[in-house]
Amino acid sequence: MEAAAQLHRMGLNPVIVEKGEALGGHIAQWDRLFPAFHPAKDVVEAMRDQVKGIKTYLNTEVADIQKDNEGFHAVLSNNETVDAKAVILATGFDVFKAERKQEYGYGIYNNVMTSVELEQFFRTGKDARINQPKRIGFVHCVGARDVKVCNTYCSKVCCTTALKQACEIKEVFPDAEVYTFYMDLRMFGPGYEDLYLKTQKDFDVKCIRGRVCEVSETMDGRLVIKAEDTLFGKPLRMTLDVLVLMCSMEKNKSIDAIQQKLGVANNSDGFMQNRDMYLGMNNTAQDGVFVAGACTAPKSLPDTIGEARSVATQVYNYINKR
Amino acid sequence: MIIEGKQKIWADYQKDIPDDHYFYVRSCIRQAFWPGSEVTFLDITRNKLGKDFYENPYHTTCGGIAYHSDSIPQETAMTIIARQFALMHESGYENYVCSCITSFGCYTETLETWHEYPELEAKIRQYLWDSCKKEFAKPKYLAHASDLIYKFRFDIAKQMKFPLVNVKTGKPLKVVEHIGCHYSKMFPSKGFGGAEYPHVLVGMIEAWGGEVVDYPERRHCCGFGFRQYFVQANRGYSESNTYKKFESMEPYEPDLIITNCPGCPYFLDRWQYVIAEQTGKTYGKNGYGIPALTYEEVAGLVMGYDPWDLGLQMHQVAIEPLLEKMGIPYDPKKKYQGVNGKDLGQPQCPSCIKSV
Repeated sequence: MEAAAQLHRMGLNPVIVEKGEALGGHIAQWDRLFPAFHPAKDVVEAMRDQVKGIKTYLNTEVADIQKDNEGFHAVLSNNETVDAKAVILATGFDVFKAERKQEYGYGIYNNVMTSVELEQFFRTGKDARINQPKRIGFVHCVGARDVKVCNTYCSKVCCTTALKQACEIKEVFPDAEVYTFYMDLRMFGPGYEDLYLKTQKDFDVKCIRGRVCEVSETMDGRLVIKAEDTLFGKPLRMTLDVLVLMCSMEKNKSIDAIQQKLGVANNSDGFMQNRDMYLGMNNTAQDGVFVAGACTAPKSLPDTIGEARSVATQVYNYINKR
Repeated sequence: MIIEGKQKIWADYQKDIPDDHYFYVRSCIRQAFWPGSEVTFLDITRNKLGKDFYENPYHTTCGGIAYHSDSIPQETAMTIIARQFALMHESGYENYVCSCITSFGCYTETLETWHEYPELEAKIRQYLWDSCKKEFAKPKYLAHASDLIYKFRFDIAKQMKFPLVNVKTGKPLKVVEHIGCHYSKMFPSKGFGGAEYPHVLVGMIEAWGGEVVDYPERRHCCGFGFRQYFVQANRGYSESNTYKKFESMEPYEPDLIITNCPGCPYFLDRWQYVIAEQTGKTYGKNGYGIPALTYEEVAGLVMGYDPWDLGLQMHQVAIEPLLEKMGIPYDPKKKYQGVNGKDLGQPQCPSCIKSV
């Protein structure tokens, strides 16, 4: 949306193809944004406002794409054809499927949920699994920095999201004990470290440095976790009412066929390969094919918006040079 | 509990097992612990199911106990394994099935290591030739014996005489399944059901009418852990593991524990006596313990084998309450008789845990 809006302001005629029923991607499913608890809805609505007047296809996918001397010719799933001088792949990410980490019991034990589902709870106030919980745990790095699932990269936003959600659940259930289990807390952005301090000082969230290795269920449906507190150097066992898995980002695989047609390779983390990570971060090895956002690596919303603006400049220059 | 979640994992971790013609190798400790188990396995597969399971008298230990106790290097264990494979090859078999879980882990680890490091396989070939003048062929298929009973569980169910049901209440027996650590924790794809929710014993329990108990310490080690037990000073670790499991399963009131490892039934059985001696606590009803049986013993029971022919008198925990629940007839007088009816003498029985 941001790249299209920028190109539109530059006098070009962008077209958005969105496979979902509305614009906004994952952020549209989010309640509040870190680090300042800003309503996600405000950001999404502001972005939707700025693409009004831009040709947008919803519930539509690119079925086929060809390139010739004139540019690109995309056949959409509604059988329409879109001709374009350049293509921006801004296909975002898939959320890691938590059931792949079988030891956490997602999809087996009722009260294990994902960060996405918890965000839904914050939006709607409804989730049968969250019933006056007394003790809640968060597991960081689910599907990230994990050789076992072949994702060795850091997913960048999960640490801050976990602390944001830990504060939010304490707002809803002030008497609950909240624990987060982390490997390293990567609070890299402005205001993030402040959030970390706030989480502990104002919300009394306990941050435990160690991974959860096993989850099981008690007779009354509560969860027993085993973990290690690496700062104390001791294993621990704890009974929880709810366990939240901070699922990582993975490459959005629904675009694989079109990506292949365009000749864009994947990088070693399985995301799309850009030309280089410094001066060519929006370029690919293919002339006229650009990338922006979390299709090349896990990124925060400010990162993505920044890349959207830079890719718009790249595309504008590319089209005017032809 | 969402059973569909487990069923999906079980469907993902299935393996194609050859139907017949196996080279069978025994465990080095099971014959002493549970002398009826391996002979029952061979009797069921050969005589009840009509399969070809060959046993070569020259086969030995796999070396796993020494390897996991750090007494021998991996190359030595691999050379022992290579000799076993050579015997299989000389006997004209391609499918290899072992009785022991640790052996299964060692064989799997060896084959995977040779796959990753062919130069090591070449070195072991040379070691085997130098030491035994033998050449080996790798098995086309490697199975654990519990995989076979799992595969044939419905055939066994067809011949079942005493399902895992309480004849007095008509309700399924509550059964704890305990998987040996070396079955699939190292190589999840090599076990039925994977590492976290193995199906190999669950499948047997369900096929034979029982109800599976999933309790918080289900995945925890029985406590054998090799050096936890072999080093005398560490035995408290071994017992505390077992204690942790029994404390966790106690509220579910299980009738029976099924295992697929040589050590697990031994420690889950014997430590119950020690815990009773130390704390006065027993985990079965009315002062009894909870029987911890091998899967072959359970298969034999449901098929109607005589409990004493299965060697169930070798268990510390009394088996009689379970036999009565299942409605299995038994002659108490024959409990301590040898095969020829010879009186073997009655062992001294402890008073802290009931032994009938």
